[in-house]
Amino acid sequence: MAETGRTGTAAIDESLVIARPRGGRNIFSKEWILFILFVGPNLFLFSLFSYWPMIENVRLSTQRWDLLSPVRLPVGLDNFEYLWQNSTFHKVLWNTLYFTVAAVGISLALGLLVALLLNQRLRWRNGARAVVFAPFMLSGAAIGIVWAYIFDPRFGFLAEMLGWFSIRSPDWLNRPEWAMPAIIIVYIWKNLGFTTVIFLAGLQGIPQDLYDAAKIDGANVFWRFRSVTLPMLSPIAFFLVVTSILSTFQSFDIISVMTDGGPVDSTNTLIYYVYEQGFVAFNAGRSAAAALVLFVLMMAITLVQLRYSESKVHYG
Amino acid sequence: MGNLSPQQQLVIQRMFGYGAMLFVVLLIGLPLFWMLSGSLKSTQEIYSTDMQWLPSSPLWSNYREAWEAAPFGRFYWNSIVITLFGAGLEIINATFTAYALAYLRFPGKNLIFILILAALMIPNQVTILPNYVFFGSTMQSLIGESWINTYQAIILPGASVAFGTFMMRQAFLGLPREVIDAAKVDGAGHFRILKDVVVPMGKPVIVTFALISLVAKWNDYLWPLVITQTENMRVLTIGISYLFDAEGNNEWGVIMAATFFVVFPLLIVFLFAQRFIIDGLTAGATKG
Repeated sequence: MAETGRTGTAAIDESLVIARPRGGRNIFSKEWILFILFVGPNLFLFSLFSYWPMIENVRLSTQRWDLLSPVRLPVGLDNFEYLWQNSTFHKVLWNTLYFTVAAVGISLALGLLVALLLNQRLRWRNGARAVVFAPFMLSGAAIGIVWAYIFDPRFGFLAEMLGWFSIRSPDWLNRPEWAMPAIIIVYIWKNLGFTTVIFLAGLQGIPQDLYDAAKIDGANVFWRFRSVTLPMLSPIAFFLVVTSILSTFQSFDIISVMTDGGPVDSTNTLIYYVYEQGFVAFNAGRSAAAALVLFVLMMAITLVQLRYSESKVHYG
Repeated sequence: MGNLSPQQQLVIQRMFGYGAMLFVVLLIGLPLFWMLSGSLKSTQEIYSTDMQWLPSSPLWSNYREAWEAAPFGRFYWNSIVITLFGAGLEIINATFTAYALAYLRFPGKNLIFILILAALMIPNQVTILPNYVFFGSTMQSLIGESWINTYQAIILPGASVAFGTFMMRQAFLGLPREVIDAAKVDGAGHFRILKDVVVPMGKPVIVTFALISLVAKWNDYLWPLVITQTENMRVLTIGISYLFDAEGNNEWGVIMAATFFVVFPLLIVFLFAQRFIIDGLTAGATKG
């Protein structure tokens, strides 16, 4: 894969050159028509279901509408003002931050640890990698239900395990202070495989001679990790931070199945709030305004990634 | 460790490594084990205060009860329809778009490439409300009928593809130029080159993307939840979540059996194709 990637970048430049039409070509050359035929459907669907809705979303965010009545009332920036002043929305932003920082931080740290482990020359490590990766492919809705059973405070697996240490299980999903940790645990369990696999690929890409050179310089295991592994992994770690943040922002199924944003909004995150305002409370305007906030945040993070991935963050 | 020989140190290191690996595998595997074992337990076994790892005798009737608790046959059918059409359209769109971007001349091609990449930044989650309105009232006024609660509405917003286009374009550009030029010299048109040269040679990347797409469609949750209204249009992920809401914590055995219905096809795909999927995902991350 790596090799095709490299020749790929060389070929991109070539394709840019070819893209310029040559003199004497008919405007309606066969190739142009073919291009439109090939790209058209994809682009049409994008315009209809991504670009246009983005614009429509901005318009909706300046209206008051219950999704049913024929009249949409223009209200200017009222919806944003409402969000700005609404304590539930503040809580939603806080929850989103809490969920994102904890879930991303822990799954990256654990993913790195597991990747370091599976990078050792151990037998069955490919089997272990497969097991760790499996939950990433499974439906979040199904996973959420399985974990609701595990978290059952009386008959769940976790209650039983805690019982071995004579700890009484909290009523995870019905206590405001425990519901979010429960959601975070499930998210990490599901996504650990992804961070592990990506870190593992990164580790395997580090040239062995760097380690050999460090060894000759007398660096012990920890120094080698500090001075070779970590800096060499930083571009991958950065990629994972960004993709994981975007994935937590869009994480809906686990929350919807396990807690419905509750209890008392303790697991209500931005994406859940967008859904709830739109399709439970039928406040199209507020939902669209919240969606716009979500979009701006995601856009900002993506732009940061684009900026920094160009200037390679080896020592970042 | 000063008075241990290097050999003994190595043994200790190994043992620690295997111990840690076992721990990680258990941590990830036990919840899945708990689902399977729960799906075969009787009500008394589930609601008893001392835990049983395995049911004393597997109670297969949980599966029958789950199947009858909701129209799971119908849910399966719906999931299969939206997965096959959704992934199929994505694969076709990605292949044609990637081919055009890699091999066809067009003025403003780069602009189009950027337009498609930019779509990566607009997640479906942000467009659910406008798209819902589109399929409802807008379609109503355009063609006189709402498309809410139809297969088209579930499938179409997810039929365009940016990530896969990007992935395939990279792979197509990496194919040996000579083979394509040779086909051209032989008088092959672009359709022939696509069908007989590029698709067979780019098969690994197409298969990888197809797998990723199939799994994503099967697991899709938010959009099908919003756009379906009646039980007979629900896909599996939505079907089990409604069943869970209804039966709740009172029927864990039946609920776990129902959950297995959703997960089972994914586990099959996983057994046969996990390597492809892992390779595809890591290639995307490490090539930059």
